[in-house]
Amino acid sequence: MSEPIQNRYEFVFYFDVENGNPNGDPDAGNMPRIDFETNHGLVTDVCLKRKVRNFVELAGGGAGREIYVREKAVLNQQHQKAYDANGLKHEKSKLPKDGDKAKAVTDWMCENFYDVRAFGAVMTTEVNAGQVRGPVQFAFARSVDPIMPQEISVTRMAVTNEKDLEKERTMGRKSIVPYALYRAEGFISAPLAEKTGFSEDDLELFWSALAQMFDHDRSAARGKMAARDLIVFKHDSKLGKAPAHKLLDRVTADRQKDENGNEPKDAPRHFEDYVIAVNKEDLPAGVEVLRPFEA
Amino acid sequence: MAQGVRLRIWGEQACFTRPEMAAERVSYDVITPSAARGILEAIHWKPAIRWTVERIRVLKPIQTESIRRNEVSMKPSPRDLARRINAGETPALFVDEHRAQRAAIVLRDVDYVIEARFEMTDKAGPEDNAGKHAEMFRRRARNGQCFKQPVMGVREFPAHFELLEDDADLPKLAPALAGEHRLGWMLHDLDFANGATPRFFNAVMHDGVIEVPAFHGPETVA
Repeated sequence: MSEPIQNRYEFVFYFDVENGNPNGDPDAGNMPRIDFETNHGLVTDVCLKRKVRNFVELAGGGAGREIYVREKAVLNQQHQKAYDANGLKHEKSKLPKDGDKAKAVTDWMCENFYDVRAFGAVMTTEVNAGQVRGPVQFAFARSVDPIMPQEISVTRMAVTNEKDLEKERTMGRKSIVPYALYRAEGFISAPLAEKTGFSEDDLELFWSALAQMFDHDRSAARGKMAARDLIVFKHDSKLGKAPAHKLLDRVTADRQKDENGNEPKDAPRHFEDYVIAVNKEDLPAGVEVLRPFEA
Repeated sequence: MAQGVRLRIWGEQACFTRPEMAAERVSYDVITPSAARGILEAIHWKPAIRWTVERIRVLKPIQTESIRRNEVSMKPSPRDLARRINAGETPALFVDEHRAQRAAIVLRDVDYVIEARFEMTDKAGPEDNAGKHAEMFRRRARNGQCFKQPVMGVREFPAHFELLEDDADLPKLAPALAGEHRLGWMLHDLDFANGATPRFFNAVMHDGVIEVPAFHGPETVA
């Protein structure tokens, strides 16, 4: 295990979707989530975290990189852990208080499970004890421009029940977003990383997860999704050197202008319709910009 | 204002959950003193000091929206985890076996000014003095430094912050908030000295300003 990270980070993550549904809304019959006031698309924080977890589980990596909160779809590899069970028993006999048992378990969970180390977990039935707050914090992703979900009807040349045999086929529905570029913002706290042991290696793995997670999440509903860009602000201290919002505001995605310098009127349909820019002028001292996808 | 600070905080969304509606979360109309204290502590806190929120200024009209998400419906118990670990198993929580779809009514586009002060606690050592902590908080808030990114009630809604210096102009009142708005009984904070008992106060907003009564004063009830 390498050392816990020593720097605060903020990141802006751009990903896009072509003819798919990045995140369905259970309240709206699984239509793509949408902010009805602005018609911008939304992708929840938990949706992105799920994909990071799935990628880490697929990538494996053995000890310390297990995933705790799982989907059944992923093969469950039973790794026998090198775990000092005696230590736990010792704790128990010495301090037979529930809080200490919980702490021993919590520490063990942090050590072994990547998602507990990164995102934290509530692992106790008592209020305010044994919760792990992870260093990585995602906000909702929002589309750069308004989206226009489309309802697509599809037919299936088979029926489910024998009594419907006369009908010969059934109809189904899909909702898709023809194209949208989404922007997610995130924060990584070094002091919290120290508490869970989130290390430099873990951070590298996190960037790879963002880069590749859509490549392992193909399905009929998703369409074509791709990680497009990741802009990371690295502070040279644990507490940081500049307000997060001022750094995040330096990253913009605008429509590609035509030869006369005008914004196009038509709807965007490709990533090439956008230009992502990072304003590096007068960056606050002690803050550097990293582009892990270009490395 | 030796130990007083003013902090402007804003964010795209917020959820200050009403304790009586915790399963399908419904947010209070405004930030609670408890959440405001959490934001201050995310920037600077030591056991030697205790933050007290005195006033909350609401800068933007109150708007809500609904979000429904798949959530996990159970918490693993430490006993069960310990048992599995001792048995040499890999514990796991399968999300599709314990799934709940929960809606949340959250606030959107929020903007507040928190006015707070801190007092020293009995954990303060000889090296702790109020001036030092006040200066540390102000320096951090001015430079955007924080222990962890503060949040608007829940971690998926980050809070941005900036220090309002003593002579800073307070932002103007939104016309929609003029007059008196009775917000009803609202959580003040949890009394950790007495087994985390919640205490409530009757929140009234005058021209966008909520005066927060003393935590143990006559105006709050447990």
